[in-house]
Amino acid sequence: MREYELVIVGGGPAGMAAALSAREHGINDILLLERDRCLGGILNQCIHPGFGITYYKEILTGPEYAERFIKGIHAAPEIDVRLQAFVVDLNKEKIMTVLRPGSMERIKAKALIMATGCRERTREMAHIAGTRPSGIYPAGLAQKMINMEGWLPGNEVVVVGSGDIGLIMARRFSLEGAMVKGVVEIKPTCSGLIRNVVQCLEDFNIPLYLGHKIARICGHDRVERVTVVRVNDDLNEIPGSAFDITCDTVLLSAGLIPENELIEMAGVKIDKNTNTPISDEVNTTSIPGLFVCGNAFKVYDVVDWVTKDSEEAGIQAALYIKRNP
Amino acid sequence: MNEYDLIIIGGGVIGASIARELSRYKLRIALVEKEAELAFGVSKSNSGIIHPGTQNKPGSLKGRLCVEGNRLTRIIAKEVGVDFQAVGELICAFSDDDIQNLFALKKQAEDIGVPRLEIVYKPWLKINEPNLSSEVVAALYAPTAGIISPYRWVYDLAENAARNGVDVFTNTKVTAIESGKVFTVHTTNATFESRYIINAAGLYADDIARMVGIDDFTITARKGEEFLLDKKREYIANHLLFPLPTKTSKGILVIKTSDGNPMVGPTAEVCESKEDLSTSDEGLAKVFASVRRMIPAISERDIIAYFAGLRPVAGEDFIVRHEDRVPGCITVAGIQSPGLTAAPAIAVMVVDLLKKNGLDLKKKFFFHRHRQKTDHLFAIPFNRTKQLIQKDPEYGDIVCRCEMVSVREIKDAIARGARTLDGIKFRTRAQAGRCHGGFCTARIMKILAEELNVPIANITKRGMGSEMVVKERT
Amino acid sequence: MNTRMICTECPKGCALSVTVHDGRVISVRGNECNRGVHFAHQEIENPKRLLTSTVCAEGLSVRMVPVRTDRPIPKDKLQEGMALIHTLRIKDPVNIGEVIVTRFLDLDVNLISTRSVK
Repeated sequence: MREYELVIVGGGPAGMAAALSAREHGINDILLLERDRCLGGILNQCIHPGFGITYYKEILTGPEYAERFIKGIHAAPEIDVRLQAFVVDLNKEKIMTVLRPGSMERIKAKALIMATGCRERTREMAHIAGTRPSGIYPAGLAQKMINMEGWLPGNEVVVVGSGDIGLIMARRFSLEGAMVKGVVEIKPTCSGLIRNVVQCLEDFNIPLYLGHKIARICGHDRVERVTVVRVNDDLNEIPGSAFDITCDTVLLSAGLIPENELIEMAGVKIDKNTNTPISDEVNTTSIPGLFVCGNAFKVYDVVDWVTKDSEEAGIQAALYIKRNP
Repeated sequence: MNEYDLIIIGGGVIGASIARELSRYKLRIALVEKEAELAFGVSKSNSGIIHPGTQNKPGSLKGRLCVEGNRLTRIIAKEVGVDFQAVGELICAFSDDDIQNLFALKKQAEDIGVPRLEIVYKPWLKINEPNLSSEVVAALYAPTAGIISPYRWVYDLAENAARNGVDVFTNTKVTAIESGKVFTVHTTNATFESRYIINAAGLYADDIARMVGIDDFTITARKGEEFLLDKKREYIANHLLFPLPTKTSKGILVIKTSDGNPMVGPTAEVCESKEDLSTSDEGLAKVFASVRRMIPAISERDIIAYFAGLRPVAGEDFIVRHEDRVPGCITVAGIQSPGLTAAPAIAVMVVDLLKKNGLDLKKKFFFHRHRQKTDHLFAIPFNRTKQLIQKDPEYGDIVCRCEMVSVREIKDAIARGARTLDGIKFRTRAQAGRCHGGFCTARIMKILAEELNVPIANITKRGMGSEMVVKERT
Repeated sequence: MNTRMICTECPKGCALSVTVHDGRVISVRGNECNRGVHFAHQEIENPKRLLTSTVCAEGLSVRMVPVRTDRPIPKDKLQEGMALIHTLRIKDPVNIGEVIVTRFLDLDVNLISTRSVK
């Protein structure tokens, strides 16, 4: 079993920042595991601008922000990168099982940083009633389809939830020639940034239905329409307020859930409401030497803060390794 | 062209079980299914419970076939390489009065031949089902109850039947049947001729029956909504948990599934339409209120999926008969619960009916009884995973991160007949986990398109009309 | 004419009240800093947006190459820009920042790659 001083799981912005920062603080035996075919994580599909305003004092797109870190990682011989590497098992001794095409190995980490990011809340978690036809996509999946694969998922779109991904995808669909028929938000205020309301919705005359929710999704094989209702202060349906919007696609932008199933498997105490480690201090967990950073630790608004706190995780791990030789 | 001795209409668990049973004999058999893949009708929304027979009336076809089916399922599952787990069931009583009813139930079940029943009380329950509510005072324990994956069961039965010579046709909807010396079966795909037909058309068995002039039964749909919970909660219950049944229903259950995810449900509502698979807010509230009486720790927060299924109901009992007015036509209709359990016994009964009605049954010289078990990484220990990866690197290339499904398993599923995203999901569990396909759907679509050599725009969720994308930039 | 708008120069999002005459900004109120004034002029008199999109790749390691305009372009040119982008193909490896189209839509703007692709 190969042992590393530091193993980092996840090669997105959090994992890359943590790796570079740990190296800067004297750690020179680092393994960075990434399940995809390239580093960068979700930033690769976030082709819109708005990244790096705080960290770089520039406005960058996702791939541009990522590439600055990718170059840093590739220039660091102390960081061993393994792509298409998938951690399937982890225990409290920080021993993990890693699958890759053609290999399965056990790896032990003196210190471990989990930078596993988030998954999207699904339609199932939002408890939207109705049928289950084709045409219901989490916004991030639709983003991947359009930006990474060049596929247009639908022609007439309703977005559920006014988070930034949803707003940005409303613009992206509009630019690709689809008709976005509305963004439906249950809360009385928009969850996304004002800039995105202006540039993603108002620019394209897309209606924003605040204080509304989708009561039902209809359609047999493919989505045919949604029923929208107004809600009261308790978020319950106001009788008589229902109206239908015909559409072939429903995009869900209903929030993110940190991915912490591996550390839960290892025995880290997890807050069931947020799915994040229970901890007093940023990036730490109930297991010494096991750190969690970036969106897996808490869902950040902008990537710049992910970078900052992940750099901190790199320092924390470096200190831990030096104190526990 | 397309001449057969026998045509089975309907590719659910009943059609597949009959096809597999009949494939022992020297017969030319076709299995026709209207959907894009087998098991896409009633069978896809099944709970996967192999019932012991505790809840069926003495003298009913259901009772007899359930007990016999439970026995046969264990044998055939082993032969065709499907996991059957005898997890056992507990029928829970909430008051001392209810305990009397448990004894009555036990007596009735023993009369129809359910073995090894036992009434268990709090001390037993505390040890063996620790999350059970303290309100449960006693339970009827039926150790022969088990679980199986309903779709993999159908696919593997059908695959074994095909190995033994049965021709399987999907996307083949029967549109008309002419009865004469032989049956001429018109479909959306081709025209078939055969001497015998078996109507196993589930919700549409009455429509098929009418095509040959049988109109003494109608199928109504009874909807059941079910909710799947995160695999993390696999051990929230150790047994299948039932409340004491009422007159109309077995009640709302806590179900263990072969995939590890606990499931709760089903509701039971008569439904106007045979196509209405919608779920409701009321269903959710009802199910969770009901199951929390048994396991208080069950939380809506753990829901990762929900769906509705329609049970085909044709009166109280199953209909399994030869239509004497239409010689050569066998009806297998109204196969609601415990249909999955009864399926292999129904198949044996159908063979018997055919024999009685003039079909010459000669056993094949060689019947491929066994089918090699499909490898699923989620179901095997790591040392076996390692061996598989060494043999085939694609076992180490994970596509579905939540359920740990590799490229190799996806390609295998396609080679075995998966044509749609749902078909892949049912066979491999890819897209069925907590992210619900958010991470893996695009990759699976690409693998499907490559393996089937079709454009992305042709990839569907579950057949024509359910395409996933409207345009591909080239 | 008075127009209300929200300044998007920073996340603070000041609610601006802008007096407009003949398409020109006369006065701005509600801004907490000078960027608000600049923003109001820009948005009313000549609204511009950065256009980000993707171009089809042929024979490269990815299917789509992300691109953007190196400067904002007039808002009403966005769809025209998309139409042009849809006609483009990238067949050779590109570096991040490499110009894909010079004088995009005859503007003083380049379309550049935002990712290095082999």
